[in-house]
Amino acid sequence: MPREGILIDNPYERMTGEQIERVHRASMEILVDPGLTCFNQKAADIFAAAGADVTSVESDDHPTWLIKIPEKLVLDALESVPKTVKLGARNPANALVMHGEEPRVYFISGSETNIWLDVDFQTYTRKSDPGIEIQVPEFIPRRGTVADLCKSAHVCEHLETLDGYIRTVNIQDKDITEDNKDVNKFFASLNNTTKHVMAGLTSLNQLDNVVNMAKLIAGGEEQLKENPIISFITCLVKSPLQFVNDTTETFIEICKRGLPIVVSSSPQAGSTAPIKEAGIIAQINAEVLAGITLGQLVNRGTPVIYGSVPVRARMDTLADSYGAVETSQYNIDCVQMARFYKIPNYSTSGVCDSKTPGQQTSIERLFSDILVTLSGPQFLHCAYGLLDCNSVFSLLQAVLDDAHFQMIKFFLRKPRIDEVEITDTLKQIRAVVQTPQKLYIKYIRKVMRTGELSPSYPFEGDGETDNVFALAYEKMNELLTKPVEHIDQATTSRIFNEIPGLLPRLNRKSERIPRSLLRGTSMYMKKGNIND
Amino acid sequence: MTEDIIAALKENVIQGRMTQDDEGIDESLTGPGVLELTQAALDNNIPADEIITNGITAGMEIVGERFNAKEYFIPDMLASAEAVSAAMDILKPHLEASNIETKGTFAIVTVRGDIHDIGKNIVAILLKGSGYEVTDLGIDVPTEKIVEYVRENNPDYLGLSALLTTTMLAMGDIIEALKAAGLRNKVKVLVGGAAVSGEYAREIGADAYCVDGFDAVRVLNTFQETKS
Ligand code: B12
Repeated sequence: MPREGILIDNPYERMTGEQIERVHRASMEILVDPGLTCFNQKAADIFAAAGADVTSVESDDHPTWLIKIPEKLVLDALESVPKTVKLGARNPANALVMHGEEPRVYFISGSETNIWLDVDFQTYTRKSDPGIEIQVPEFIPRRGTVADLCKSAHVCEHLETLDGYIRTVNIQDKDITEDNKDVNKFFASLNNTTKHVMAGLTSLNQLDNVVNMAKLIAGGEEQLKENPIISFITCLVKSPLQFVNDTTETFIEICKRGLPIVVSSSPQAGSTAPIKEAGIIAQINAEVLAGITLGQLVNRGTPVIYGSVPVRARMDTLADSYGAVETSQYNIDCVQMARFYKIPNYSTSGVCDSKTPGQQTSIERLFSDILVTLSGPQFLHCAYGLLDCNSVFSLLQAVLDDAHFQMIKFFLRKPRIDEVEITDTLKQIRAVVQTPQKLYIKYIRKVMRTGELSPSYPFEGDGETDNVFALAYEKMNELLTKPVEHIDQATTSRIFNEIPGLLPRLNRKSERIPRSLLRGTSMYMKKGNIND
Repeated sequence: MTEDIIAALKENVIQGRMTQDDEGIDESLTGPGVLELTQAALDNNIPADEIITNGITAGMEIVGERFNAKEYFIPDMLASAEAVSAAMDILKPHLEASNIETKGTFAIVTVRGDIHDIGKNIVAILLKGSGYEVTDLGIDVPTEKIVEYVRENNPDYLGLSALLTTTMLAMGDIIEALKAAGLRNKVKVLVGGAAVSGEYAREIGADAYCVDGFDAVRVLNTFQETKS
C-alpha cells in the first residue's frame, strides 16, 4: 500500500475548460513558431529523426539548432507517456503512486539550497520588569554540508505530513567535488530516510554509480524498476524555449534508463517569460511538452512528471518572487494543464521571499500552501524549510511547516454528513434542549478521543509570550533523537565496496571522525564588497 | 532648438523610451525616443559631451533618484539603461573623435558549466547604461576562451558570473590562468552570482565581489577614483 497523501474532492480551478484549450493551442503554435533553440546535438538528431523540422543555426561559440515540433509528435508523446507514475521508497509503505487524472496530493521537501540556517536562542530581559525573560532566536547562515543533509533527511523521515524527500541542502564540504557529489548526496539521503528520494544530477558521469547504488538498495535491477526508490529532476529547458546542452544530455540518459524524471521548467514572468498570465502559461506549457516529447522519443513509455515552477519576478531585483500572489496563480494553472494531459504534476508552493522564519514567512507559505494544495497537484514541492527564494534551508522551519500541513490535511477531510450522523445529531439536539443548561459539552468527550477534533497548534506558548520557535526547536531535537531505519549493514558494505567516491565518514560502521571535520566552511551572509 | 532637443532627450531617458515606437510610463509622451533625439542632437551639431552631460546623465540621475525613492523599479531602470546604452553606441565615434574617454571596457561572462544569465545580463545593461563599453561573452564559456579574449582585447575589467557552487570554482581557475598567462595585473576581476561570497572572492584573489549591478557601478567608480 502506497502512502495515502490527500485526495482533493473538488479541486480548485482557475481556468475554464475553454481557457485551458486556448493555452493548449497557443503552446502548440509556440512549438512550431518560434520553436525551440537547441544547444544539444543528440536532442536535435532525435527530433530530426522523428520528423521535426530541425535546422542548424550559425553560431560562433555553441553548436545550435532550431527545432520546430509538429503537433503530431507532441500528441504521440502524450499518447505514450504513462498516466500513472510510481515513486518507490526503501520502505514500500512510503511509495507514492500518482495518477495524472486523480488530484491526490503528496507533500515533498526541497531543494538544494546553498545556505543552511542554524538557530541559537538568546535570553533577553525586559527593561521595565527584569523578572521577565524571553528567548529570542538568532539565525546563523552557513554553507550546507553532508552532515546537514543527513540531519535533515532524518528529521524529514519523522515529519508526518512529509511524503517524499527532495534533497534540501547543497553539500559543500571541502572533500565534496563535482565527481563525488551525486553519490554522496543520494547516499546521505537514502540512508537517513525510508521515504522516496529525488534530486538533480550534478555530473552525468555519476549517473550509473547512483543508479547502481539504488539497485543495491532496492535489491536488483528488476526490483528497482518495480520500486524506483530514487528519481531525478532536470531543468532541460531554459526559458524562453531553449534546450540547454548539459541538462538535456543528462535528461536523455536518465530517460534511457527508464527511471522517473521531472521535466521541469522555471520561467520567470517579467524576465524570461511574458509578465501576463496567458503568456507565461502558454510558454511554460510549450517548454514542458517539448521536454516530455523528447523523453518519449528517447524511450517510449518512460515515466515523466510535468514539472512546472513558474514564478513572478520581483520588481526591485528581478529575482524570483515565490511570495508573489501570481506565483500561486501560475502554479495552479499548470496543475490544470497537466491534468488536462492526464500527466502527474510537480508544482511548487511554500517557498517564500523572506529570509528567516517569522511572520512574513508564515504568511507567504500558508497562503500558497493552502491554495496550491487545493488545486490538486500530485507532487507538491511545498518546500519544507525553504526560505529566501530557494537560497536558504532551515530545519526548524521544516518542523513548523509540518504543523501547517497537519492543519491543511485536517481541513481537507471529507465532510461526514450521512444518515447515521444526521440521526445521531437529531437525537442529541432533542435531548439537549430538554436539559436545564442546554449544553452539548458531554458529547464532545467521545469525539475528542476518536481523532475527529483538530488538535491545538502544537507550538502555542503560555501566556503572552510567543514561544513558537523555542517549542519547534525542542520538537526538532526530539525528532533527531528518534532512530531511523538505516540501510542494513550488509548492503552498506557492498555499497562502499562497489560504488566509488563515497565519503568513508558516511559509513556508519567506520570510525567516528571529529565533529570539527564534519563542519563546512562558515559563511556569514554579510554581503558587500570584499574591499570593505 | 538645442535646448528643446536636450530637454526631450532627458525626458525620454527618464521614461525609458529607446525609440519612437517604445512606450514610456507616461502614455502621452510620443514622438522621437532617445535614439532619434541623440541623432537629432548630433545633426544639430550639439557636442557629444553636452549631449551626455545635459541629456543622458541628467536623465539617468533622476532615474536613480526615483529608484532610490521606490517610485521606479528594476524594469524602469533597465529600460532607461538600455536606451542610454543604445545612444552611447551612436555617440561613441564622436567621443573618440573629440578625444573624450569612455569610462572603460568591461567584458562579462558566465563561467564554464553554468548557463544562468539573468543576473549577468542585468549587470551588463546597467554598466552599459552607466557609460562602460560592455562586451558580453555569453554563457558556459571555457576558461581558455576567456583568457584568450583578455589577451587579445585587453579589457579594463573582467566580470565573472556563477550561480552554482560547482561552477563557482571555475572563477578561481580563471584567475590562475590569467596569472599563468601574465595577464592578471592587466585586468581587474569582479565576481558575482548567488553562489559567490565576499569571502570566496578574497580566497581566489578577485579584485571585488559585487552583490548586484548597482554594487558593480559603485565598485567601478571607486576603481576610477583611485586610478585618477
Ligand atoms: C532562475 C534560475 C534558473 C534558471 C536560469 C534562467 C536563466 N536565464 O538564467 C534555470 C531554470 C534554467 C536554472 C537551471 C538550473 N539551476 Co538554477 N536557479 C535559478 C534561480 C531560481 C534564480 C537565479 C536568478 O536568475 N536570479 C535573479 C538574478 C537577478 O540574480 P543573480 O543571478 O544572483 O544576479 C545578481 C547578483 O548575483 C549579481 N551578479 C551576478 N553575476 C554577476 C557577475 C558580476 C561580474 C557582477 C558584478 C555581479 C553579478 O548581480 C545580479 C543582478 O542583481 C536560482 C536560485 C537563487 N536564489 O539564486 C537557482 C539556482 C542557482 N539553480 C540551481 C540549480 C541546481 C540549477 C540546475 C543545476 C537545476 C537542474 N537540476 O537542472 C540548472 C543549472 C544548469 C547549469 N548547467 O547551469 C541551484 C544551485 C545550487 C547549487 N548547486 O549551487 C539554485 C541556487 C536553486 C536551488 N536552490 O536549487 N536555474
